Amino acid sequence: MNVSTLLDSLTVFVLAILLGFEVISRVPATLHTPLMSGTNSIHGIVRGGAIGLAATADNGLAYVLAFVAMVFAGANVVGGYWVTDRMLQMFRRRPVPGGGKTGAEKPAAGTPER
Amino acid sequence: MDSTNIGYLVQLAFIVGAALFVLGLHLMNSPATARSGNRLSATGMVIAVLAEVLLVAENGVQPINWVIIVVGLVVGGGVGLRLARTVAMTSMPQLVSLFNAVGGGAAALLALNDFVALNGQRVLAGGAPGLDGWRTFFILADVLIGSITFTGSLIASAKLMGLIRGRPILIPGGRIITWATIVVGLSVSIVLILAGAGAVTYDSGVLSILLAIGLACALIFGITMVLPIGGADMPVVISLLNAFTGTAVSMAGFVVGNVMLVVAGALVGASGAILTRLMANAMNRSIANIIVGGFGAGEGSQTELSGVGGTVREVSVDDAAIQLAYASKVIIVPGYGLAVAQAQHGVRELASLLEARGIEVSYAIHPVAGRMPGHMNVLLAEANVPYPQLREMEEVNPEFERTDVALVVGANDVTNPSARADRSSPIYGMPILDVDRAKSIIVVKRSMGRGYAGIDNPLYANPKTGMFFADAKKGLQDLVTAVKAL
Repeated sequence: MNVSTLLDSLTVFVLAILLGFEVISRVPATLHTPLMSGTNSIHGIVRGGAIGLAATADNGLAYVLAFVAMVFAGANVVGGYWVTDRMLQMFRRRPVPGGGKTGAEKPAAGTPER
Repeated sequence: MDSTNIGYLVQLAFIVGAALFVLGLHLMNSPATARSGNRLSATGMVIAVLAEVLLVAENGVQPINWVIIVVGLVVGGGVGLRLARTVAMTSMPQLVSLFNAVGGGAAALLALNDFVALNGQRVLAGGAPGLDGWRTFFILADVLIGSITFTGSLIASAKLMGLIRGRPILIPGGRIITWATIVVGLSVSIVLILAGAGAVTYDSGVLSILLAIGLACALIFGITMVLPIGGADMPVVISLLNAFTGTAVSMAGFVVGNVMLVVAGALVGASGAILTRLMANAMNRSIANIIVGGFGAGEGSQTELSGVGGTVREVSVDDAAIQLAYASKVIIVPGYGLAVAQAQHGVRELASLLEARGIEVSYAIHPVAGRMPGHMNVLLAEANVPYPQLREMEEVNPEFERTDVALVVGANDVTNPSARADRSSPIYGMPILDVDRAKSIIVVKRSMGRGYAGIDNPLYANPKTGMFFADAKKGLQDLVTAVKAL
């Protein structure tokens, strides 16, 4: 690892943290659970790194470590995005997006038991 | 195309992927656009993974390595998909914790793998030229933080699933173990970094043992850190572990020289840090205080109230129904008890009935209601509550004075006026929902048991308050029936 690579990575790291704070501060509390599961799938990007290592593994221990890393990261990404979508879909499927302030036109007892 | 061009192409794809992550997060700023944001982010992930595959394919991959990659992805993806499709919304905190654990674990494994490879080449043992002290530093940061996240998240998940008692568990000598792991872990790390930098020389076997000791310390530390933390503090713990995972992934990016990992990890770390701070503020406790743990008697403590002062007024289901049906503005205050009783659908049904009578209904959601940030909102969204009715604490608090009935279901400490008034109270200073400022209050509660903090709630003795003793689900059904009959 040479100094210029290190500094490049550090620059990206610092800027990404600042950007992350800026963008994520605007997410409303209502969406904090989907935010967490969504960012959880983003960090499943370790899968990318795992692919690189899995491709170069050349001994027993490295095979095992690479395989476990692939399984972990795969579960993380697929499961994370899927469950986030499942949650956000519930937020989207609104009966009346304007809220129930008047509510008179709504079915009285139409609670969907899913 | 020659391999340099492939390299450039992959770099470009990584930039596109990172940009899509950021844009996706940006779209999460409103429930209306959040779903497309998540898909954008997923698209970025697909691009990044394809680029990575292209890159490794270019460098030549042995058949066995392809098998590891493909089988690993299919098995992992299948497990993740199955979990994601079947999990109940009440179990989201467990699932997020589990994903946290695997994310941290995968990041740690990346660095471990790197260490094994380097150590095998005796790069470390021989006192590597150049800056391999830095590389060792990032490897260690990744391995240690990733391992702490791994065991910590597993314990948190087990607590949330009820496999381990939710209440604080204090192991005898737990604090000594924690400190021992910190001291030993850090000492080992320093030796390893010095070895990596070439300042000291050890046999590669010794270095492996040292790393194994550090790894063990981190794994134990993760366990002893989370065990003493009580169930209701879980929102903070989950957020904090999320921040840890992000950091570990970033460190992994430094180790393997992948900028995409650095960016993704930084975004997750920022998100975890923001949520941790929000949750800690909402409980008016420092993060350190929560980690030290042992706070509160834990849920399920059925100690009877003693020092409420004044008498408690009980209301019948019919009285409560009349009060609600003839109000013009009702705010429902849901707490975790509501989720435990699976009563969110009952709440929604009652709200629909009231709305049909022209009553304005909204939901006041405390930041720590539920077991993870925003959990209550998801549960209510699942019960088909329109999200504009889900109101945040700061926004809804001024409205209580104009509210005819505040209906408290399964919430306790977050409505306790002692937090505002009583300097001697353990929760003094904690931001609460100003339920006591409503014109009248109905509390649906199983018994006079205390909340998580294990303290009395003067709200119950307030002359404006009527206590409706019932299980949340059953009580709400009775209320629905009673309102219908009016």
